[in-house]
Amino acid sequence: MTYTQLAVLGVVVVVLLDLVVVRTRLLTRRVFWTAYAIVVSFQLLSNGVLTGFGIVRYDGAAIVGSSTPADGPPPFLGDGRIAYAPFEDLLFGFALVVLTLVLWVWLGRRGVQRTPYAGPPRVPVPGAPPGSDRG
Amino acid sequence: MSHLAYLGVLAFVLLGSAWLEVVLRTRVLARWRRLLLALAPVVVVFVLWDAYAVSAGHWTFDPARTTGIRLGTLPLEEVLFFVVVPVAAVLTLEAVRAVKRWEVGDEVPGACVDGVRVDDADTVDDDAARGAS
Repeated sequence: MTYTQLAVLGVVVVVLLDLVVVRTRLLTRRVFWTAYAIVVSFQLLSNGVLTGFGIVRYDGAAIVGSSTPADGPPPFLGDGRIAYAPFEDLLFGFALVVLTLVLWVWLGRRGVQRTPYAGPPRVPVPGAPPGSDRG
Repeated sequence: MSHLAYLGVLAFVLLGSAWLEVVLRTRVLARWRRLLLALAPVVVVFVLWDAYAVSAGHWTFDPARTTGIRLGTLPLEEVLFFVVVPVAAVLTLEAVRAVKRWEVGDEVPGACVDGVRVDDADTVDDDAARGAS
């Protein structure tokens, strides 16, 4: 399989995992998309450095665009690339991040170190069951 | 120095996210057991993917810009990438939760979160949670 095919498959698998299999439903939550917007901008930056400086080089047979040239950086935009990196890298990164966060949330839901919650200590809500505050 | 180029990218990602644990109290590293359990399958799946991609020639690594230390067929940096990036992603998710206090989906069912009852973490109403906060 090509990188393009595997990257699309990776996205499909993690989407199904989140929405159907373990039903963490992160992809329906504003908290996920806000975090992802931050993560993807850093991904574009670090993937851009890794590919723009030729630390990682791609074979044109595996991606939509052409091979990384031997004598200089690939196009910044175009020929299947976004910020030097093949657009497939964005799908790869999306699958990596979603798989991680689904597992993180799923473990918390199963009671594995659900707390302490992130953020400043919270005032317990009157009438809440014991141990259910987020402090 | 150029041998450290890939490691430098990883250090940038690590430093760019680790401060969230201290400043926004994300408590991700404090919950290291949960973090390790989440990371283990991710590292396995993506190392296998990467090893296949390298064997199939999808991508290669510049020996001049990596340390040369290898774990199997992969450079050490590439394996560390699958630890550093997921940790940064969890830190970012928890940082957004710390600031915005939006539902993530692991809250205790039946608990009151910021005055909104979470009846079923599976079908929690994000709109109601937002409206009340």
